[in-house]
Amino acid sequence: MRIGIVCPYSWDVPGGVQFHIRDLAEYLIKLGHEVSVLAAADEDTELPPYVQSAGRAIPVPYNGSVARLSFGFLSAARVRRWIHDGNFEVLHVHEPGTPSLSLLACWAASGPIVATFHTANPRSRAMLAGAPIVASAMEKINARIAVSEYARRTLVEHLGGDAVVIPNGVDVGYFSALRPRPEWQTPTDQQADGGTIGFVGRFGEPRKGLSLLLEALPAIVAARPRTRLLVAGRGDEDEALRNVPAHVREHVEFLGMVSDEDKGRLFQSVDVYCAPNTGGESFGIILVEAMSGGAPVLASDLDAFSLVLEGGAAGAMFPNGDAAALAREAIALLGDPARRRALRAAESEAVRKYDWSVVAADILSVYEMVTESTARVTAENGGSR
Amino acid sequence: MRLVLTQYSVVVVLVAVLVVLFGLYLSWTATRLDRLHVRLDAANVALDAQLLRRSTAVLELARSGLLDPATALILAAGAREAEIAAPDEREAAESALTRDVRAAFEDPAQGEHVRAHPDGPELLDELGRAMRRVQLARRFHNESVRAVRQLRSHRLVRAFRLAGRAPDKPSFEIDDEPPATLAR
Repeated sequence: MRIGIVCPYSWDVPGGVQFHIRDLAEYLIKLGHEVSVLAAADEDTELPPYVQSAGRAIPVPYNGSVARLSFGFLSAARVRRWIHDGNFEVLHVHEPGTPSLSLLACWAASGPIVATFHTANPRSRAMLAGAPIVASAMEKINARIAVSEYARRTLVEHLGGDAVVIPNGVDVGYFSALRPRPEWQTPTDQQADGGTIGFVGRFGEPRKGLSLLLEALPAIVAARPRTRLLVAGRGDEDEALRNVPAHVREHVEFLGMVSDEDKGRLFQSVDVYCAPNTGGESFGIILVEAMSGGAPVLASDLDAFSLVLEGGAAGAMFPNGDAAALAREAIALLGDPARRRALRAAESEAVRKYDWSVVAADILSVYEMVTESTARVTAENGGSR
Repeated sequence: MRLVLTQYSVVVVLVAVLVVLFGLYLSWTATRLDRLHVRLDAANVALDAQLLRRSTAVLELARSGLLDPATALILAAGAREAEIAAPDEREAAESALTRDVRAAFEDPAQGEHVRAHPDGPELLDELGRAMRRVQLARRFHNESVRAVRQLRSHRLVRAFRLAGRAPDKPSFEIDDEPPATLAR
């Protein structure tokens, strides 16, 4: 099948949508499909052979922050040329509600269009103002996919209509095959009164919740004095530790930015992976990765997390923002190897539906359904008004 | 004794004259201050009106169908944010709208493309006028703020509380530089 995928953001900026598109494209290519991805990129960025650049994204204030987007007639012309030259059987746009390449592609194309919505909670003010503008472009979408139940609800509330839920994919086999790193594991002689807790993410962002975990740490250390907290990711370490009592600081280790492989090995090594996020998560891909890597998960009870953890069957949860409850749950988990074993078993079962083999097959069946009409994707002259 | 009395009355008269002159001066200063406050209120109303005119012009252009939908959505969202921003977020929202417009028309080809349509020139000219008028209204407003502040900081005005309980109005600081293609 000839498939055109549109990424609304810069390929050179790491982000959930970009990673999803990269993994999907590579998986589809592996299955023998012809895939072309259109994405914004700086001129000197090295792109994989299947990615075509639509030019540099421009920073512009949108929806209360500054976003890097591609817009204007020049971008629209590039999108139209790519659609025309691609001769695709299906066009798959991501986040078409964002004023960037995906919206332009909906505007410029006619034929089978599939759209994936990633965002859980866009502030609706921008969408309200733009609804009449976006409506005509969005009407061309034949099939809508939401990455989570939560994202689907947002979509229903803000745009009306419905969508099927197909989760983000994870290479489960990759994470489950990695080996632990001994220095990140709990030594045998410390298992009675210690344990390692892992955290991954840009910890400077308040919504990632590291400060909540650090608030809970003194209580955890008091109960299990040889507990270690391993923090992977970018951020200001001194700033993060500012409100942490001095005697607890030595229990925190910052690993800095880690590679995908080390991230996976961290999941294999720790006794508990903690996701204390306070909000803004639509899916929680990091949880699926941690679960694939066999780390028992302790997460806040956000809607998105609760869905991934199957309401607590595949991971422990605590009320969002409650440091005391986090500490209680962490102490209980670290002191109960049998429960951790049970959670690992439940996890490996729960993550199966997120494996690319399942997710890509689902997406392909959506493609097949919308292409049954046999029409190809063509560029319209001037776009619809 | 007579001589002393005469000197005494001269002093009394002089003091009385000074008191009257000082009173007149205070009253004149109070009148000036009052006039400046009225001028500032008017400038404030004018600034509000021009900002509204600008966001309306942006919104009309966004909804005209002459732009690509991505640019239109960015402009419509920016105009909307500016119109409903809370007082303490207003400067940031209006600056963001200016930057949205600049980003939309940074490429001169974009302006030419819109102008090529029969309705295009009118919409662009109205937006250009509105942006220029925001610049003017903001300068006048901030000049009024400065004048009021200067007079209010005067020692006598403070000592005699001539400003009454009128709150100190801040100046309005935003980025209002229009894109080159719309500048007039």
